[in-house]
Amino acid sequence: MKKHYSEQLAGLRELVLRMGGLVEQMTRRVIQALVERNVNLLAEVRSMETQVNQLHIEIDEACIELIALRQPAAVDLRFIAAAMKINTDMERIGDQAINIVERAEVLLTVPPLKPLIDIPRMADISQEMLKDSLDAFVNGDDELAYRTILRDDEVDQLKDQVFRELLTYMMADPTTIPRAMELILVSRHLERIGDHATNICEDVIFMVKGKDVRHQGPLA
Amino acid sequence: MENVFEIRDLSSWFGDHQILKSLRMDIAKNSVTSVMGPSGCGKSTFIRCLNRMHDMTPGFRISGTILLDGTNIYSEKIDPVYLRRRVGMVFQQPNPFPRMSVFENVAVGLKLNGRKLSRADISEKVERSLVMAALWNEVKDHLRQPGASLSGGQQQRLCIARALAVEPEVLLMDEPCSALDPMSTAKIEDLIEDLSEKYTIAVVTHNMQQAARISDQVAFFLMGELIEMDKSGKIFTNPSDKRTEEYITGRFG
Repeated sequence: MKKHYSEQLAGLRELVLRMGGLVEQMTRRVIQALVERNVNLLAEVRSMETQVNQLHIEIDEACIELIALRQPAAVDLRFIAAAMKINTDMERIGDQAINIVERAEVLLTVPPLKPLIDIPRMADISQEMLKDSLDAFVNGDDELAYRTILRDDEVDQLKDQVFRELLTYMMADPTTIPRAMELILVSRHLERIGDHATNICEDVIFMVKGKDVRHQGPLA
Repeated sequence: MENVFEIRDLSSWFGDHQILKSLRMDIAKNSVTSVMGPSGCGKSTFIRCLNRMHDMTPGFRISGTILLDGTNIYSEKIDPVYLRRRVGMVFQQPNPFPRMSVFENVAVGLKLNGRKLSRADISEKVERSLVMAALWNEVKDHLRQPGASLSGGQQQRLCIARALAVEPEVLLMDEPCSALDPMSTAKIEDLIEDLSEKYTIAVVTHNMQQAARISDQVAFFLMGELIEMDKSGKIFTNPSDKRTEEYITGRFG
């Protein structure tokens, strides 16, 4: 017996949320591992990625089937299109978390270069952006999506700050270069997570308003 | 999944003209199966074989077997009237009995089937059938009005209620929405999905979007042959046969 259209749409929303929750947790855990210098958490993040990859496929299948069988129109069509695009962004966020795991695997075998301050702040903001972007998706809240996009600048600024600070370390003492480079890469990956959250917000705005706000410079 | 119908090597003819060609199909219990295909592909002929609607057609001939719960429905032991109580049918044009009231239209099947029921029993069954056909709320205060006074979509649901009243196991529907407007169509489609919880439903449609929306599995017919039968998700995303693909993408004929 086949599920009703509205139940199928609710099921898709549920899948997106589950995947969102997983990638959110992946980014939180990997930064926790770095800050607490806890190698054990890294394996946990890797195992979550397997589930994320599974959901990546499942969500696309659900979207394709809904389009093929239900001929969605208007808000339903925009919802399904948004779900497909958000799916790609979430999968990339999972990949970025794994990139950070790989940096952490190196960093945790050597003594810390310095106490981590700006990187956890970047992680906090990009996680909040991710969480808010998914809340905006679930609640169809375009206002929240707009506000979240604006926060991407904070992440970008912190990335520049991390880079400048680590540059002074590297210039003063070239033996710090390998560790500093790893940390710069971590900040780069976090910045990318912020970008993906921004993409999700743009898709939410399209879903709610039917308006494409991409590639239009700073939002008014 | 349990099969209600098992169709083996089914061929049929009107006189010398062969309509169906060696069909082999299973129809699963409590599911919606759609039969789609271009005009003249044999889909209506096929579905009418499932409750022996061609018995009285001069020159009609059939070979092969159609098993309903393991029994060949064309065997001499089977009474067609009993068969049609188990396998009900809804047609393209809503066909309520014009001079009967809404109530009588549903009750008539119970009476014609010769079952002795008390008035209270009949009332209860009529109400239950109208509820299942998603029509009760619209007609409960007008049960004495003629069936023909209802809108086309309501009439079609009345016909579904009439078919349900005798508690069939299978419901056959031959283009049940093609005479209806989009809103009435949506109601019937919702109803089909709801009914598939308890009933096995086979629908003939030339509207492939409808087949996609309502079906668990879809059979594609062409010139009396079964080209492909599969889950609707498979048929409409990645059909196995090129001819199915051409038909559903509109590149056909």
